Amino acid sequence: MIISPELFQQIIFYVFATFTIGSAMAVVTVKNTIYSALFLVLCFFNTAVLWLLIEAEFLAITLVLVYVGAVMVLFLFVVMMLDVKQAKASQLKQSYTKAALLIAAAMLVQLLILFAYKLSGEIPSNELVRQEQGYSNVAEVGMTLFTQYVYPFEIAAVILLVAIVAAIMLTMRKREGNKQMDASKQININPAERLRVVSMKAEKATTQAQSKEEES
Amino acid sequence: MIETLEFLIFDNLIYILAIVLGVVLTVAYLTYFERKVIAFMHARMGPNRVGPRGLLQPFADVLKLLTKEIIFPKNANKFLFLIAPIITLATAFAAWAVVPFDDGWVLADINAGLVYVLAMTSLGVYGVIIAGWASNSKYALLGALRSAAQIVSYEIAMGFALVGVLVAAGTLNLSDIVRAQEGGFLNWFWLPLLPLFVIYYISGVAETNRAPFDVAEGESEIVAGFHVEYSGAAFALFFLGEYANMIIISALTALMFLGGWYSPFTGDSWIAQPSIFWFLAKTSIFLYAYFWFRASLPRYRYDQIMRLGWKVFIPITIVWIMVVAVMKVYHIGPWWN
Amino acid sequence: MFGWSELVPAFPEILVLSMACVVLLVGLFTDKKKGGFIVFLSVITMMFAAILTLKDHVAGVEFTKTVIFNGTFIRDEFGDMLKVVVYLLMISVFFYAKQYLRQHDNLQGEYFALLLFATLGIMVMISGHNFIALYLGLELLALSSYALVAYNRNDLNGNEAAMKYFILGALASGMLLYGMSLIYGAVGTLQINEISQAIAGQNNDMFLVLGLIFVIVGIGFKLGAAPFHMWVPDVYEGAPTATTLFIASAPKIAAFALAVRILGQSLDVLMIHWQSMLATLAIVSIIVGNLFALQQTNLKRLFAYSTISHIGFMLLGLVGGAEGIAASMFYIIVYTIMAVGGFGMIVLLSNKGMEADQIADFKGLNQRSGWYAFLMLLLVASMAGFPPLIGFFSKLYVLKAVIDQGHIILAAVAVIFAVIGAFYYLKIIKVMYFEESETDQAIDASFDVKTVLSINALAQLGLLVLLPVLFQYCIRVTGSL
Repeated sequence: MIISPELFQQIIFYVFATFTIGSAMAVVTVKNTIYSALFLVLCFFNTAVLWLLIEAEFLAITLVLVYVGAVMVLFLFVVMMLDVKQAKASQLKQSYTKAALLIAAAMLVQLLILFAYKLSGEIPSNELVRQEQGYSNVAEVGMTLFTQYVYPFEIAAVILLVAIVAAIMLTMRKREGNKQMDASKQININPAERLRVVSMKAEKATTQAQSKEEES
Repeated sequence: MIETLEFLIFDNLIYILAIVLGVVLTVAYLTYFERKVIAFMHARMGPNRVGPRGLLQPFADVLKLLTKEIIFPKNANKFLFLIAPIITLATAFAAWAVVPFDDGWVLADINAGLVYVLAMTSLGVYGVIIAGWASNSKYALLGALRSAAQIVSYEIAMGFALVGVLVAAGTLNLSDIVRAQEGGFLNWFWLPLLPLFVIYYISGVAETNRAPFDVAEGESEIVAGFHVEYSGAAFALFFLGEYANMIIISALTALMFLGGWYSPFTGDSWIAQPSIFWFLAKTSIFLYAYFWFRASLPRYRYDQIMRLGWKVFIPITIVWIMVVAVMKVYHIGPWWN
Repeated sequence: MFGWSELVPAFPEILVLSMACVVLLVGLFTDKKKGGFIVFLSVITMMFAAILTLKDHVAGVEFTKTVIFNGTFIRDEFGDMLKVVVYLLMISVFFYAKQYLRQHDNLQGEYFALLLFATLGIMVMISGHNFIALYLGLELLALSSYALVAYNRNDLNGNEAAMKYFILGALASGMLLYGMSLIYGAVGTLQINEISQAIAGQNNDMFLVLGLIFVIVGIGFKLGAAPFHMWVPDVYEGAPTATTLFIASAPKIAAFALAVRILGQSLDVLMIHWQSMLATLAIVSIIVGNLFALQQTNLKRLFAYSTISHIGFMLLGLVGGAEGIAASMFYIIVYTIMAVGGFGMIVLLSNKGMEADQIADFKGLNQRSGWYAFLMLLLVASMAGFPPLIGFFSKLYVLKAVIDQGHIILAAVAVIFAVIGAFYYLKIIKVMYFEESETDQAIDASFDVKTVLSINALAQLGLLVLLPVLFQYCIRVTGSL
């Protein structure tokens, strides 16, 4: 059994590329929303593997961390909470499908032409670009992000801030009759307002009048 | 070239096997240890029947679980039902790939190790969510939703704590993070990063759904949460995953804040030599703390958990990242000379 | 490392960003019925930003273009002029918003913070020198606007409008981004000046043209030009009036800057392609806007359709060569001043629980208050383009530039539909002066709002004095691009 590293890598590439495309197709074709979301997770995973193959390890891991670890969890969370009904087969076969297929085909053709005609001279055909040992992907990404693209990066941060502000502004509301506790109110309570300590002589029998006084 | 490739694969398989076996055995005796510790705190005996001093108890438990039937709830989604515990276990083990046990004793010495660990630990939530949904049970779903919200919230605090470590060490490589803490007890990062250290460990406890943050299981409210419908080997896998996650959180805390394999003593004596035993000892401290929490603290209420995560931990970590950055810029203390 | 000196051209942006955060914090401690301090802070921010922007021009030093942040940010005369106009517009928006929100007892710091963030987005777009920066500025503006439209969250119309705006806006952003990515694929750079150099001489590259189509669709959506105008009437009608008058004003200037930066500066070689596309958009917009406006009884909807036709005129200017760009810059500046005043009038006549957004609400305004009726007359007449108001001259310059380029048919169609459009403006004037008022409620507004509105409306006459100077400036700054 002889497998050269290049061939090995190509085999890995084609296996995971097939999985990526297959799971991406599954996302839009399966009827169950939960399956759809899970296939999207699978798709992200396979994409991450493809990125690993081109030695973009930081991006690959970040993809998993952000999209799989956080975004898709919230997606699943929402889908499970909403109890989305399964789409019926008839719903999927509506007239939009044809139009959508047409647009998708058109975009595919465009991209194919773009790569075939425009960039054919620029894609290395059989050689893999290898970085030397000790090359740090993280440092490279960091340098580019914080020097060349620092301005767009900062604006992107502001966009996220606006998103948070907008989301909180639009969703945080005090409902009528909400029984939520206010911690600071609870802590700052003065016992004297709530409780009266009555000092009494110890007696053998309690009369009704006294027990009433205790209750009050 | 060909030989090196095959050699590499073979070699790595051996390492992987060694790590997995080690972790599984540790998990087995961790359960024993847990029961003994809690029994001690309750002034009881703990397991003492199987084998001398009950030492064979874990194997008896495993045997029991493996021979039991896996019951599928009615209308449960079989495929997802089965794959959920596997996901939990796989992600718990995957994180071990980048953990350095001693200088150079690491399976994959990758540059983005810290991010990788964070990614893998955050993936564990899928096991919980899928298990909860596939069980087709109200309690399981409730547990899964609680768990998902909790894990995603605490992951942010955890991530920020790791950013502090990253700033302090100037690298994402776990081995280099440990090397940045070379020297005695005071040179480790626990002191300058004290708030982050505490927050990381507490968030770790929350991420693993352990007491006092175990509302996702919450026996008294939702029976056992997401794994209420599981039995036999499938349940054993969840169990294994949960404990493996506890170990990895403890190990990472030891690596990032307590100087990993370095000895707390300075000098040339044998006790000051760095070795794997220091690493294991430090990890054990945090594992013990897990059981200590469980035996002594009542369960947090759900809104309290959320408040703690969002309104206390995240602001503190953000402020402390700034503090760490300033300390690093001005070369403070024995850490950044 | 960046030194302070390198950040100087971006000081206005930094100021607006910091003040937006300050306003956000101050807003937490402000009562919903008051909030004068928030408005004060916002207005002061705009004034200081104006000072920072104008400082170098007034000092009499020779002004040169500066490009900072590795070529992603440019400061030039074109950008500075548009920014100053935006500051002035935003000041009036702040005053009108205060009036409107106080009427509804719902004045929160977030509203003004979001307005400031949106202003920042506009400024980023105006001085973007890189496709990514332009796109991010657009997103910043759009995201803030979506939230502002949905501000009254118990109002179903507002929520529907926000939903439509969000979905179509996201679609438009996607189109724009796809177009940008195609252009990037063809030339391999995102810098505006480098794209222009890279495509010199290859004006028939199919990918560039394909990218151009998507970019124009995206810009068309954002401007609200027909046939991409579907969202405009619904959003204008459903949004709180304070938000409507914002959306109708400053973002149009940003979209104009976006069009000039992308089409005029980076894809200038493809002019022959985009001119024909823009001419189509322009003519369709003028026709659709004016015809549909005739049917409306809701004033906000009517203004929405009139916006579409005005955008058509602005696009028409872009077809008219170098002088046309100057004319269309002049047009958009004049139009935004009119629009802000028109919606300000609606805010003024509204009161708690009632929006004066029907034409019928303006019945007999002359009897209730002759001064406001006169102001509204000025605004509406200027929108219609009656001489000698400034709205007439802005149309005149655009038509002149178009005719100079030999597009006489385009100009003729535009004039015919502008005349048709005058009818619905006249309807408003008729209602105000020749019909009986249904209410005799006094118009209640604070002094500052009245002053701002008066200045705003009187500018339709007052700017005539500055007319040649202003237009000369437009020619100069567009010439220096």
